[in-house]
Amino acid sequence: MMEALHDVLAPFGPQAAHVRELWLLTLAVCTVVFAAVLAALLFALLRAPRANAQSPPGLSDLGRPEPGKRRSVIAAVAASTLLLLALIAASIFTDRALARLSTEGALRLEVTAHQWWWEVRYVEPNVADSFITANEIHVPTGRPVIVTLKADDVIHSFWVPSLAGKKDLLPGRTTTMNFRADRDGVYRGQCAEFCGSQHALMAFFVVADPPERYAAWAAAQRRTASEPTESQPMRGREIFMRSSCAMCHAIDGTTAQAVRGPNLTHVASRGTLAAGALANTPEDLKRWIADPQQIKPGTYMPATRLAPEEMDALVGYLQTLR
Amino acid sequence: MNRPGHAPASRLKDGTGPGSPEAAALDATWSDPPGLLGWLAAVNHKSIARRFIVTTFCFFVAGGLLAVVMRLQLARPGSKLVGPDLYNQLFTMHGSTMMFLFAVPVMQAVAVYLVPLMLGTRSIAFPRLNAFAYWIFLFGGLMLYVVFVLGAGPDAGWFSYVPLAGPDYSPGKREDFWAQMITFTELSALLEAIVVITTVFKLRAPGMTLNRIPLFVWAMLVTAFMVLFAMPSVMLASTMLIMDRLVGSHFFNPAEGGDVVLWQHLFWFFGHPEVYLIFLPGLGFLSAMIPTFARRPIFGYTAMVLSLIATAFLAFGLWVHHMFAVNLPELGKSFFTAASMLIAIPSAVQIFCWLATLWGGKLDFKTPLLFVLGFFFILVLGGMTGIMLASVPLDLQVHDSYFVVAHLHYVLIGGAVFPLFGAFYYWYPKITGRLMSERLGRWNFWLFFIGFNVAFFPMHLLGLKGMPRRVYTYQAGLGWDAMNMVATIGALTIAMSVLLFIVNAARSLRHGAPAGANPWGAGTLEWATESPPPPCNFHAIPVVHGRDPLWEHPRPEAEGAQPAFTHVSGLAADTRELLATTVLDARPDLRLNFPDPTIWPFVSAVAVTALFIGSVFTPWAVVWGSIPIAIALTAWFWPDRAETSVHLSLERKP
Repeated sequence: MMEALHDVLAPFGPQAAHVRELWLLTLAVCTVVFAAVLAALLFALLRAPRANAQSPPGLSDLGRPEPGKRRSVIAAVAASTLLLLALIAASIFTDRALARLSTEGALRLEVTAHQWWWEVRYVEPNVADSFITANEIHVPTGRPVIVTLKADDVIHSFWVPSLAGKKDLLPGRTTTMNFRADRDGVYRGQCAEFCGSQHALMAFFVVADPPERYAAWAAAQRRTASEPTESQPMRGREIFMRSSCAMCHAIDGTTAQAVRGPNLTHVASRGTLAAGALANTPEDLKRWIADPQQIKPGTYMPATRLAPEEMDALVGYLQTLR
Repeated sequence: MNRPGHAPASRLKDGTGPGSPEAAALDATWSDPPGLLGWLAAVNHKSIARRFIVTTFCFFVAGGLLAVVMRLQLARPGSKLVGPDLYNQLFTMHGSTMMFLFAVPVMQAVAVYLVPLMLGTRSIAFPRLNAFAYWIFLFGGLMLYVVFVLGAGPDAGWFSYVPLAGPDYSPGKREDFWAQMITFTELSALLEAIVVITTVFKLRAPGMTLNRIPLFVWAMLVTAFMVLFAMPSVMLASTMLIMDRLVGSHFFNPAEGGDVVLWQHLFWFFGHPEVYLIFLPGLGFLSAMIPTFARRPIFGYTAMVLSLIATAFLAFGLWVHHMFAVNLPELGKSFFTAASMLIAIPSAVQIFCWLATLWGGKLDFKTPLLFVLGFFFILVLGGMTGIMLASVPLDLQVHDSYFVVAHLHYVLIGGAVFPLFGAFYYWYPKITGRLMSERLGRWNFWLFFIGFNVAFFPMHLLGLKGMPRRVYTYQAGLGWDAMNMVATIGALTIAMSVLLFIVNAARSLRHGAPAGANPWGAGTLEWATESPPPPCNFHAIPVVHGRDPLWEHPRPEAEGAQPAFTHVSGLAADTRELLATTVLDARPDLRLNFPDPTIWPFVSAVAVTALFIGSVFTPWAVVWGSIPIAIALTAWFWPDRAETSVHLSLERKP
């Protein structure tokens, strides 16, 4: 499994960092107010004399107003109002600062959420340079990223806590969000809006690399799948093309061109399988192909029954797709 | 039940104390008829309220058990206790139960019991409508649980976002039952709101001017008005959903020009005020209990009333803070941030006024007061996280994470359930005539308070650590394991505490110390009558001279059995006659005759339920099902000749 960060309070990009500052300010104000209210309560409890049901009720305020208490309550309400206004201002300024972040020279991505995986399209000015991957987003550090968000079926929400706040993906509407990763690393993200039976296992990863490493990765992703040269992977490819695999998945450079499931052109280069549910190892891949319902009950991927040697061949072929 | 055979000339008049023939006649007049049919025909507000309270509490226990199963599933990563299908049903049923079948109805149920007693009148307005509202609530709730037990519980969340809850992604009948149940229970809430508003405006004891109404009654009045504005929104939404599902309309289908965000606006326009529908009665409980146990009148009565009203207004201006992650215009978001934060001010006014009350009082440390103090700790903390959620940038990080789960339980359990448990201990003697055990009460409180914080505080941290809501499982190694285990232990502690409460309530029914009329030495009118109150509530209608009538008069104990009240007399004792007063200053206005018990509200509720269940399967049920409803309603409203002659004779002889 990929080691990854997913913590609101451990920001690695400017958006999450701004939010963390606002969080610290709000937390400080709230802690002070909370402590003050509890201290007032505790003090009242300690100083008040004890009584019981027979004690005569104090009706003093009917005959005699209580100016001291009145002044204290008014002062407390005024102080709360001022603090709230300050927090509203801080919140709006933070919001504006987030909106002002530069998107010059940004990388453009288009993320489409499906029940229950993520399709990621790298949109390049030159259409031939565009490519598609799934459940794993690679970005160069220090460069802003503009993500166009779409949903294929129901509402999902895109959230990478260490980089930025979340944004919903809505069927019939397009939304966008930006982020920038300032340090290289792997950041975990997941769907945050309940989207059906496998909402729990709909994670993805953002891999931030230095620009040159990112460029190398992108160049590799742009290539179509390499032709297998050994006999076992060649047999695996044949199994892929004649079984139900090819009805949902695409592998660029082959006749498999379906779009229902994730594009598998470079599947072996990804860290995880099934939207973060499994590590990308041959064993897990076999388990996943043989009985996906065992791992993600309700997933739309059907089980594929294969003889052991056929399974080895198929997985052997998929392992060549780097 | 009224015996119409009496000659008008020999009518008994009320106005004397217990034991007199007039009092016996009053008791007979206002009692529910005997037998099973009589039980189904009951309209006395106290009978209906007792059933209503027990029913809502059963739903609370059911919802709590679902939560315990969910917590057991989440105690460890990758647990196989329940799969995603059952888990999604569990959290949908938990949310729907707690919001629709417990939180709002229980407050209305308590109000149905207490409001007439606090106002010094003999009945709630529209007693048959009140009975009808109870029955449809019961049938709606049962319908949801029956389909859940049959394995067809709804599974798209209590918020049922479309298109997930729509026909394409939730085939089958699950969401249909959910949508119909919503319409049902909200209809019940609307009817109860009308009943409460009318009672408060027209049936107050003479002299109870607007600025002498007990604060709990104010809270319920404001709540009832909020219900009138909030509930139609969700009823409209659920009706649109069921039409999308049953007859193929396209309100929420983007492919045909519908809009998925429309649902969210309609739902949260109800859903956020809903929180305050639960919270305001909680504030009312506190304003009833704090003066009693601080032995002094509430500080800042007028400020309290105004802040209740201000909360109600602001509550309708901030539903969008549930939708910040949906793409919305920037200026709109700033407005909703401000509205969401500023609603803290009226709540702060209330809290500071209670502090001032406690500050100037002499304290009687009984169990209800413990729950009040628990409220302060939990609600103020929940309010602070609410301020964080009101801010757009913070909300975009913690929205739909466990931080929100923690926040909403702090607000709802702190703001409503803690006051409610205090209220159970406080008013239990008024309902049963006996006190609950103080020793068990203390155990109940401390287990609940500690269990609650152990269960929900770690969820704040889980949310900040990136754990999303509504997940049936999570993987090991994400840093969530230990805190989830702790939360589960806390949930089990809460379950134990609730069990202890049930034991206490059941035991005290027989073995509790007899309470007498006013065990806490409280000041409001419900304590002026016996515990439990006679069927007519008051044998003589009291006249009110201040906000705490019992404190301003010589106390009943000091004067022997008879409270030294001034009272009005002269209402008929052998027919259901009531005194209505003017809206503002509660001057006697007119004498009303109240309807008798009848089976027809029950039959009507059965007919309505049949229509709704049928409509899940075929739209034709709406057509054929309306015929029995029409028959039942006609019988319900058919003027009874004997009753009419009594009314006419009373009009002739004042």
